[in-house]
Amino acid sequence: MNSFQYSRASDVADAVRQMGADPTAKFIAGGTNLLDLMKEDVERPTLLIDITRLPLRSVEATPGGGVRIGALVPNSDLSYHPLIEQRYPVVSSAIRAGASQQLRNMATTGGNLLQRTRCAYFYDAVTPCNKRVPGSGCSAINGINRGHAILGMSDSCIATHPSDMCVALAALDATVHVAGPNGERAIDLADFHRLPGDTPERDTNLDRDEIITAIELPARGFAKNYTYLKIRDRLSYAFALVSVAVGLEMDGDTIRQARLALGGVAHKPWRDSEVEAALNGQVASPETFERAADLLLRPAKGFAHNTFKIDLARRAAVRALTQAANGTPQSQSSKKIV
Amino acid sequence: MTPYIGTAISRIDGHAKVTGGAKYAAEFNVPGLVHAFVVVSAITKGSIARIDASEALRVEGVVDVLTHENRPRMADTDDAYKDDVAPDGTPYRPLYDSKIMFSGQPVALVLAEEWEIARFAASLVHVKYEQEAHLTDLYCQREVAFALPEPAKPRGDAAKAFAAADVRHQGEYYVPIEHHNPMELYASTVTWDGGGKLTVYDKTQGVQNVQRYVCSIFGMKPDDVRVMSPYVGGAFGSGLRPQYQVVLAVLAARALERPVRLVLTRQQMYSLGYRPAMIQRIELGASAGGTLDTVTHEAITVTSQYEDFFRNETTWSGLLYRSANAKYTHKLTRLDLPTSCDMRGPSATTGVYALESAMDELAVALRLDPLELRLRCYSDRDQNNGDLPFSSKNLLECYRQGAEIFGWAKRNREPRSMRDGSELVGWGMATGVWEALQVPITVRIVLTANGHAEVACATSDIGTGTYTIMAQVAADALGLPLDNISIKLGDSTLPQSPVEGGSWIAASVSNGIVTTCNAIREELLVLAKNLPGSPLANATRDEVTLLDGRLVNRRDASRALSIAEVMRVSGVDRIAQEKSTSFANDGKHAHNTHSALFAEVKIDEQLGVIRVTRVVSAVAAGRILNPKTAHSQVMGGVVWGIGVALHEETLIDHRFGRVMNANIAEYHIPVNADIQDIKVIFVEEQDNIVNRLGVKGLGEIGLVGVAAAIANAIYHATGKRVRDLPITIDKLQR
Ligand SMILES: Cc1cc2nc3c(=O)[nH]c(=O)nc-3n(C[C@H](O)[C@H](O)[C@H](O)COP(=O)(O)OP(=O)(O)OC[C@H]3O[C@@H](n4cnc5c(N)ncnc54)[C@H](O)[C@@H]3O)c2cc1C
Ligand code: SF4
Repeated sequence: MNSFQYSRASDVADAVRQMGADPTAKFIAGGTNLLDLMKEDVERPTLLIDITRLPLRSVEATPGGGVRIGALVPNSDLSYHPLIEQRYPVVSSAIRAGASQQLRNMATTGGNLLQRTRCAYFYDAVTPCNKRVPGSGCSAINGINRGHAILGMSDSCIATHPSDMCVALAALDATVHVAGPNGERAIDLADFHRLPGDTPERDTNLDRDEIITAIELPARGFAKNYTYLKIRDRLSYAFALVSVAVGLEMDGDTIRQARLALGGVAHKPWRDSEVEAALNGQVASPETFERAADLLLRPAKGFAHNTFKIDLARRAAVRALTQAANGTPQSQSSKKIV
Repeated sequence: MTPYIGTAISRIDGHAKVTGGAKYAAEFNVPGLVHAFVVVSAITKGSIARIDASEALRVEGVVDVLTHENRPRMADTDDAYKDDVAPDGTPYRPLYDSKIMFSGQPVALVLAEEWEIARFAASLVHVKYEQEAHLTDLYCQREVAFALPEPAKPRGDAAKAFAAADVRHQGEYYVPIEHHNPMELYASTVTWDGGGKLTVYDKTQGVQNVQRYVCSIFGMKPDDVRVMSPYVGGAFGSGLRPQYQVVLAVLAARALERPVRLVLTRQQMYSLGYRPAMIQRIELGASAGGTLDTVTHEAITVTSQYEDFFRNETTWSGLLYRSANAKYTHKLTRLDLPTSCDMRGPSATTGVYALESAMDELAVALRLDPLELRLRCYSDRDQNNGDLPFSSKNLLECYRQGAEIFGWAKRNREPRSMRDGSELVGWGMATGVWEALQVPITVRIVLTANGHAEVACATSDIGTGTYTIMAQVAADALGLPLDNISIKLGDSTLPQSPVEGGSWIAASVSNGIVTTCNAIREELLVLAKNLPGSPLANATRDEVTLLDGRLVNRRDASRALSIAEVMRVSGVDRIAQEKSTSFANDGKHAHNTHSALFAEVKIDEQLGVIRVTRVVSAVAAGRILNPKTAHSQVMGGVVWGIGVALHEETLIDHRFGRVMNANIAEYHIPVNADIQDIKVIFVEEQDNIVNRLGVKGLGEIGLVGVAAAIANAIYHATGKRVRDLPITIDKLQR
């Protein structure tokens, strides 16, 4: 771990100004990811700008019927917030599927979006990794890649984005509000995280000197027919091998609107508009779900250890669609899969 | 007064532990403490070409950087580095020379006024290596593994019997490297006591082992080194041998003549010992009636290039079941890793996993209930060892009670035949076995006239409850209330004890306490007889017992004297006795503990998610000193067994020779959600032969057999046999 300076941002403008003034600075929120990476010498910021006192801690209904979530709202507060539990239960559920209660208490909404991959080579400063040291090579492609991507990867990087919450946010068409030296802008969550391409060192389209201020959820919350189904190597406190967020708007047995996002399979939460379009207007049935899942996984490709994820993701998608259509969302406390 | 032995007493050290009063090796504070941080090797094999510490040394607060080039003198013979439990070979010498033998090997030690400074400066030590090709993959080396001497004498002709058997099963079973991951990090705090004397607070399972080791490496006199380890936050075998941090901490204290603390990081602990990876092959041949004709058990296990560590995985097979023919072979392969070491239930956890999986497969081949097969193959003698009878073996009762509580009779033998909604239900069982070992030990007891006794022995309490059972045994033997007993352990200056391991301490120290208590009683009796008009004047040694603070004639309870009174009138304010106890083996009996495990799994048919919903562990381990601590031991073993079956695996990237999941987020062990209903039963097992108290110990037995019971349940649920651990979701899909 390197030596670093610490400062506190007094307001959003000050945070942006401080960040602009120091090209090797980093914001720190809950610190649950950044500090681990610093201990491993993966991140070596010379200045930590503490943003935890900024007034970005509220969850508020918006005039348009949606919700605006401050970037510093802790993951657990967000998960148990009445507005979220009632209107966006898939977000509550996804958060509770992740990490542990202690981590969720510390972790923030903004930090969760920006958590970095759990690829073991990325964490081990001794081995080659294009994401950590651009151009050094990808150790995972021919190495231990059981947890790695099956969709959207490149020859430079096959890492996955580890967040659970983001998978639900992706399914809900969330928007990320950010502030930077040139003012504020909004980025669709779908465009927030990037595919690795040949610049795997860039996880997101957030500029270095920008700060996340809020996440906005549109009115449509899929509170009746939803689920978050996470498959992992133990029944809690493990990252997803595969996860699925589903939101359906049903009209009797007919799907009017479908949202389907996969986690643990790509460098970003994975959505496919073609698959969702194919579900819309269909009768909810095993065949419909199988077809959609096949379509969703058609472009998937496996490596030495993770090929099983293709079929697992397909089955998990079918199961999650079934759970959502039946109005029997997966419980995150009972580990029996409904 | 009801005896304390056999009563479910809460841990006497529990309060200190939960309030933070119990201090662990890294928690002893002394003024002027220097903090150390280890720089570890980035390569797996080769040598250090150059170390440049100049940038680190320029950091304010850095005191020194020690390397093999500038360290103080250390011994230069292999013998000097051999601790009490070292395997054959050339022990590793920390910071000794430029040679690199494993990834994560210490190459420099940064010493600073603050721990954070030491850690930062460590990132500024630049090391250039000469790299050599390394090998860390067992599967690449299995052909060149070399045979060890025969683990036990073969009997009959196993190959011939196998060829002739009515029903045969053979299978190969794999267990990966596993790491101990005790909660407490490895740490040593060394105080500089002046005049070259040191006190070393160390995380260890054997303070006297560490003390001798340190003296021998640094040429110090026994009186100059005191090693203390009053509390240990788990070790599971990783603390049997001294670990490198104690050498480095002492080295630094001697170099600086200052107190030094070194705490390893979690990541660095993956470069200490580990349970060796192994490939085991089992051949079983049975008669159509379901009795075993032959068993062959072969193992290939891994060790380092410099020491040959191994245990006997194979011989459990010919011990557990009756078989006229048996053959064992064990091969070892040397890899560029640190030396493997003991880990809870060493050899049995793994060997019995393979055997009990194979027995399950044999039962399937025989179309026989797996419990019925065990009963038909039951052995009441140790055929490996002169066909001796057991001092006690109540495994039959384990099977009976375990099966009943589990409801085994309701099992449908067909795989995939039981379900609960979307889940397949599987019921599996297995047997566990361990040795009832005992070792020479010395206990000192000081009884004071106020009716208090201090019991002292250099053994450790590695979290198992040794403090508590020692107090219980002493309270009963001295006839005193539990609160009047204080226990001293984990201090090398106390009376002799070997390392705490192999489940031998409970039996050894409790019998040792009785020996010393008897000596105290005899001394009291001499005093009592001399009192004027003593009611015990004519009592013989064997007639007198200590009860409720009194010396009492067993035959006539009215003939009694208060202990305090005897001491006061005799003008004696303390009685001290120190006695050694050793355990003569009569050579006529085998000493073992046993268990029967029953497990239920529920597996989502579509997704393969495995839940272990019930485990029953029925244990026969002689007399149970404390049902509460005993229950915790066995329950912990079951939890661990679930981890062995489903989670634990150290992942090495063989291209780099590095452990890639060196942290407890990615090295999986069970979490609460993975644990559901665990029932632990202790069956009655009276043993008048093994030792005076009939105690057999039960640290290891709780784990042995669990993984097989779960693997067998998974087969029963799915019809799919996975023979390489851990059984993860992808393997069910293969
Ligand atoms: C053992 C373990 C297990 C875990 N398991 C899971 C899991 O199963 N599922 C899951 O989803 N997550 C899991 N997590 C990850 C956890 O969710 C993230 O660490 C957490 O959400 C990060 O939030 P934080 O506020 O602590 O971020 P920090 O660590 O403070 O920051 C992370 C990054 O975001 C930047 N940042 C933070 N806030 C802002 C902002 N407002 N604007 C701009 N930049 C910002 C920081 O500079 C840093 O680069 C796990 C973590 C651990 C340690
Ligand atoms: S997958 Fe990405 S993060 Fe992992 S080693 Fe390759 S480049 Fe690095």
